[in-house]
Amino acid sequence: MAEFSLPKNSRVGKGKTVKAEGANNTRKFHVYRWNPDDGQNPRMDTFEVDMDSCGPMVLDALIKIKNEMDSTVTFRRSCREGVCGSCAMNMNGKNGLACTTAIDDCKGDVSITPLPHREVVKDLVPDLTDFYAQYASIKPWMQTQSTTPEKERLQSHEDRAKLDGLYECILCACCSTSCPSYWWNGDKYLGPAILLQAYRWLIDSRDETTGERLDNLEDPFRLYRCHTIMNCANACPKGLNPAKAIAEIKKMMVERRG
Amino acid sequence: MADFKTPLAKVRGLGSAKDGTHHWWLQRVTAVANIPLVIFMVVSFVGNAGKDHAAWVAWLKQPLVSVIVILFIANTVYHMRLGLQVLVEDYVHGGTKVASMLAISFTCVLIASLAIFSVLRIAFGG
Repeated sequence: MAEFSLPKNSRVGKGKTVKAEGANNTRKFHVYRWNPDDGQNPRMDTFEVDMDSCGPMVLDALIKIKNEMDSTVTFRRSCREGVCGSCAMNMNGKNGLACTTAIDDCKGDVSITPLPHREVVKDLVPDLTDFYAQYASIKPWMQTQSTTPEKERLQSHEDRAKLDGLYECILCACCSTSCPSYWWNGDKYLGPAILLQAYRWLIDSRDETTGERLDNLEDPFRLYRCHTIMNCANACPKGLNPAKAIAEIKKMMVERRG
Repeated sequence: MADFKTPLAKVRGLGSAKDGTHHWWLQRVTAVANIPLVIFMVVSFVGNAGKDHAAWVAWLKQPLVSVIVILFIANTVYHMRLGLQVLVEDYVHGGTKVASMLAISFTCVLIASLAIFSVLRIAFGG
């Protein structure tokens, strides 16, 4: 059944407040904290960050907090320029990449929580094991039956253009974890990110297993849990539209029927 | 309890049902059919508003009106049945799922039968 309230050991309490000594221009950051080792409930810690010595993005503030205020704050980050997808988290109620979300674009205090409706590993780190397994299940690589050509596999400019808006996906999971259908049925529904990736291979003119790929997706839960809620397109930090990719998959399903 | 299943084994699960497109497509077909049917019903009801019982019966007795009203009932109830199935699949998990689907199917058939019988009774009644 759908879950509308948190279990007792997941209720979020109030944590500590760390002030920025001697700073005039500060912003408050409320950061979700949970440590699997201390047996405590999660809490929201508040950090007052000196904006005069902080970079412009939410990730800059998090790194400053970790460097200067509390080294135990745990989060994923790598490229700091929206390419790797590691720092996906929920900021003021919206999923996004901390590295491409400007602090100035956040109204009031900035509340930072992990991606919604995932198990938490620690603090802002969600467990994406199932998400990656779902990605593996769609076989995200080119599959062919013809003899391997001597040179490259050719593709027309038009067919290559069909991959635009799909290949840019960095699998940050912002879209899937913003999708209510994925919250309620994430064990069986593949979710917007994986379905966009599935469509990327369905529409690739060089792939020869389109039918098998459609067979694998044709399922009330794997595909048809999408009800065009469009949270995915709203959340995507790369400006992609997974809902449209899913609609295209449904069109292919209808097209191959009698 | 640890079940030692790999994440991929859980995701692959029982495999694809190779089903769902038929349901999805019928939901769209019934939705499109509903557009003219609902418009007919709304326009007729607004036009007949305030008239007495005899006038309503006379309206419904017209063969074409009876047929369209029966089509409206069948189409909307079927559309409702398809939509409620989506609701159950979204929110009801475990053992109550089958019971919920049975209750929905039986209720929908009952509603449609009662409504269509009522129209026929007026259409063919004295």
